[in-house]
Amino acid sequence: MAAALRVPSRASSLRFRWFVVEAGWWVLSVGIVIGIWEITAALGLINTIILPPPHKFVAEIRDQSQFLMPQPGVTAIPLHFAVFTAIGASLRRVLIGLLLGSLAAVLTGSLAFYLRLFRNLTFPTITMLAPIAPAAWIPLAILAFGMGDGAAIFVVFVGIYFTLTLATLNSMNNVDQVYVNTARVLGASRRQIMWHVIFPAILPNLFVVLRMNFFAAWMGVLAAEMVGVRTGLGAVVVMGRQMMNMNLTFLGMAIIGLVGYLLDVGLGVLQKRVLWWRSAARV
Amino acid sequence: MGEIVCTNVTKVWGVGTTREVAALENVSFSVRHGEFVVVIGPSGCGKSTLLMLLSGLEMPTGGTITYNGEPITGPDADRSLIFQQPSLFPWRSTIDNVAFGLQLRGVPRKERRQQAEKFLRQVGLREFANKHPHELSGGMQQRAAIARALCLGADVLLMDEPFAALDVQTRFHMQSFLLDIWLGSGKTVVFVTHHIDEAAYLADRVVIFTARPGRLLDSVDIDMPRPRNVISPDFERYRALFVERLRSEVTRAFQEQELAEMLDTRIK
Repeated sequence: MAAALRVPSRASSLRFRWFVVEAGWWVLSVGIVIGIWEITAALGLINTIILPPPHKFVAEIRDQSQFLMPQPGVTAIPLHFAVFTAIGASLRRVLIGLLLGSLAAVLTGSLAFYLRLFRNLTFPTITMLAPIAPAAWIPLAILAFGMGDGAAIFVVFVGIYFTLTLATLNSMNNVDQVYVNTARVLGASRRQIMWHVIFPAILPNLFVVLRMNFFAAWMGVLAAEMVGVRTGLGAVVVMGRQMMNMNLTFLGMAIIGLVGYLLDVGLGVLQKRVLWWRSAARV
Repeated sequence: MGEIVCTNVTKVWGVGTTREVAALENVSFSVRHGEFVVVIGPSGCGKSTLLMLLSGLEMPTGGTITYNGEPITGPDADRSLIFQQPSLFPWRSTIDNVAFGLQLRGVPRKERRQQAEKFLRQVGLREFANKHPHELSGGMQQRAAIARALCLGADVLLMDEPFAALDVQTRFHMQSFLLDIWLGSGKTVVFVTHHIDEAAYLADRVVIFTARPGRLLDSVDIDMPRPRNVISPDFERYRALFVERLRSEVTRAFQEQELAEMLDTRIK
């Protein structure tokens, strides 16, 4: 009894220790970079106008707020450069693009899985288009969709669509035949097999591919915002450079890194919570 | 109910390719209603192929197979196939795995779960209803797979080395468990194994296959009351008989397998 009671508390204390150690390395790792940066700046070894040390651009958030927050009275600055608007705009684009891209990819992959003719007709093209970096689609996107959400969403879409389509077909082909045969023996129709066996079996795999391509998609949106789409976090960074306000640029970069990191953490949590059977499934 | 008749059944895998492999050749035998038949033979003798054909997952390339007098045209929940590998869906809880067949038939959730729970109790897994397969041991997973087949009211259980992946003790336990389920149920069982003791312990009749291509070598009725004592002279006698019948075949299968590996003609 006593042993049984001790086990959970010990496990949680171990987890807490692990968390502290892990957090310690994070702080140390980031701290070293910031430390070197601050010291070289203090010693005058780098040009602080081009590379403002962290304490400076973070401390100046207040001064940058005119660019970062929608404030009445700052009429000279268009409202959509505000940071929350900017974060929101970038996030919206990347999430809509990921959603549309995944849906289209699963649809295309499923069609290819069932219709050999469709696969033979489309897959050579898809395989050729897959290696094109999302950023390389930006010129086309801006010409086709103009300088707005459409272009940025399109960049995310193509960034995820081709790779995920290939992954969908590949995962479907690799679903353990035992699962399919089991369902067939139990009287499942083709549609029921698709819905109850193939989709759940490939889902964890697709999520991994999605997560691996997420950073590329996130970068694609930012690049699109820098080049043509004049709103969002990417635009904030470029604006800082154009006004020779490197504090704004670095602040924008810090926010981009933080938001991207948090999104990845979020996807990781989702993966663990909802798609936990990956380790058990032989996909 | 539950009668299977194979007449001159032949199965060639990969017909029309360079990797043609004859798995079964001219196999004729029948399984009576309610009979427990164990099929033994050297590895690669087409035992698993036979079950694929009996379940209707695959069609023979020659000959006919009938079930209750009707030719088999495809899978049927009446004849359930239980695999050696764990076949529970890892994304479903145990009870939802057992109820899966009923779900496919459109039985409402509450009703099918009640039904599934009944069979989970029969296989002793009631407390594990809401666990997921990875939380169950290998033996438990196979019991759940059996419950899944029973839940659909299968008259025939086709079992493809279902206990081969289990450790010796669990395996022995599972064999008694299967007999408990089967005795008095009127269900027909076709059970494939390469394990001689398992065959002698379980079967009403043991069907022995030759090495590839699988042909019927012998059919031996086991005339021992259950529960069988595995260290009795009778048991020894059957064991010796099977060992003797299989020895030359196993040697042949072994040589052939080595040759096949050299030629790289194996299909799996």
